[in-house]
Amino acid sequence: MHHIYCPYCEEMREEEEYSYTGEAHIERPKDPASISDEAWGDYLFFRANPRGIHHEMWYHAAGCRRYFNATRDTHSYQIHETYKMGELPAVTAPTKVKAKPKTKAKVTPEEQQGDAS
Amino acid sequence: MVSIIKIHIALQRIPSVHTMKKYSGFSLFKHSLSHHENWQAVWRSPQPKKQYDVIIVGGGGHGLATAYYLAKVHGITNVAVLEKGYLGGGNTARNTTIVRSNYLWDEASKLYDHSLDLWKDLSQDLNYNVMFSQRGVLNLGHNLQDMRDIERRVNANRLNGIDGVVLNTAEVKKIVPVINDSQDIRYPVLGASWQATGGVARHDAVAWGFARGADSFGVDLIQQCEVTDIIKEDGAVVGVQTTQGFIGAKKVACVTAGNSGVMAAMVGLRLPIESRPLQALVSEPVKPIIDTVIMSNAVHAYVSQSDKGDLVIGAGTDSYNGYGQRGSFNVVEHTLSAICELFPMLSRVRMNRAWGGVVDTCPDACPILSKTSVKGLYFNCGWGTGGFKATPGSGHVFAHTLAHDEPHPLAAPFSLDRFNTGHLIDEHGAAGVAH
Repeated sequence: MHHIYCPYCEEMREEEEYSYTGEAHIERPKDPASISDEAWGDYLFFRANPRGIHHEMWYHAAGCRRYFNATRDTHSYQIHETYKMGELPAVTAPTKVKAKPKTKAKVTPEEQQGDAS
Repeated sequence: MVSIIKIHIALQRIPSVHTMKKYSGFSLFKHSLSHHENWQAVWRSPQPKKQYDVIIVGGGGHGLATAYYLAKVHGITNVAVLEKGYLGGGNTARNTTIVRSNYLWDEASKLYDHSLDLWKDLSQDLNYNVMFSQRGVLNLGHNLQDMRDIERRVNANRLNGIDGVVLNTAEVKKIVPVINDSQDIRYPVLGASWQATGGVARHDAVAWGFARGADSFGVDLIQQCEVTDIIKEDGAVVGVQTTQGFIGAKKVACVTAGNSGVMAAMVGLRLPIESRPLQALVSEPVKPIIDTVIMSNAVHAYVSQSDKGDLVIGAGTDSYNGYGQRGSFNVVEHTLSAICELFPMLSRVRMNRAWGGVVDTCPDACPILSKTSVKGLYFNCGWGTGGFKATPGSGHVFAHTLAHDEPHPLAAPFSLDRFNTGHLIDEHGAAGVAH
């Protein structure tokens, strides 16, 4: 059972008080009629679904009934932070730089691969 | 007796297309003579070669079935199945073993019914007992709308040549004497759909049967081999980077269920999939009391009884994305409260083990069987909460897609681009599991 800190109520509450409402920070296209079917389908259905750090929305159904965001690891289920709607996360997934083994590129210390959990 | 044994041994030395040692009553007797010390390993554990014609990523039921049919039907045997853990250790090991084909839409029901057809003779085909038991499946209705949906779905099934009957409360009670047929409870049983040809099968056995079959055709099953990257050149697949080194192939098929998004990200693709925990649990063994499968959409529970006597119970998915192969207890509690209302005599039965899988749910509760924008890269995923029943059918049609580089007619409606064209096939109702 997750214990989630509601940033509005400013309290830890049990998972059962909330409902999960999907990936966060997805911007609805400003003019749906003007974009392609492909772009509209991408917006409606395609999701990041990472194994690791995920930014997602939760709704405090049995509490203040407001939406907020959470940064949670989808593998360990550890919640790193919760933050109000409209804010940006402090904890983000490290950017992974792909090494190209076939072309034998030299990997500099700056280009270290991020931790893929 | 000794001469019969000698003839049998001689017959087994006749070279054949594939070298599988046949299981039979006679082989059981023969092995007893050497105290069962000479049984051969069911499959080889080879070192991966540098190059294959086809790499199948994911050694679960669907991946192994794909490998088997690729070899058996299409004669493509230079194939490797790469599994990051042990064969069938993912969702194949964790499901509630239900097999049925009573879905609503033509496209979905035809695909699942094709799979049901293959289940019927699977033990014979694989020479491996998959314990397919056609004990019937009940989908309960608890209110007027449920019953209307059931009438509609059963009629759709019958129009498609799939067996189905609408039952009333008394008829359900006759099949399941221990069910609560009171009309005064919160979710009374008003009736059900009944697919007599549905049932259950042994989940591990179907994986092992397909593994043994694929291996006997020369397919390499490589375990403890995790794919860490998909390598492409000029927009086409050339191979995969793994924890056991680089393995080349012109065709890479991802059959990775909940981890499909991780695979897709390796080539910069996104999928319309969200990976959710799906929990299941078994009770302590009890005497035979339920000899069919009972599912309830409304109360989020489905139950059958294994041959060992345990009640095998499944829940709806947890609502959040999760790769942890575990979920939250409130979901289990919710399911068990439904079970207790439906089967009051089970209120004292203790639960023995609970676990979870990672199910790849799609927005329309239908799978993805598709080529991609990357040449040579194919995906078979998105089966969500209903993949087990499709194990043979999925492998069979996907093998066709791989062999011909064109989707099998039954697989064609399930391409990835339906999420951009809008041709979704909504099977949330028939999926029978809360998402």
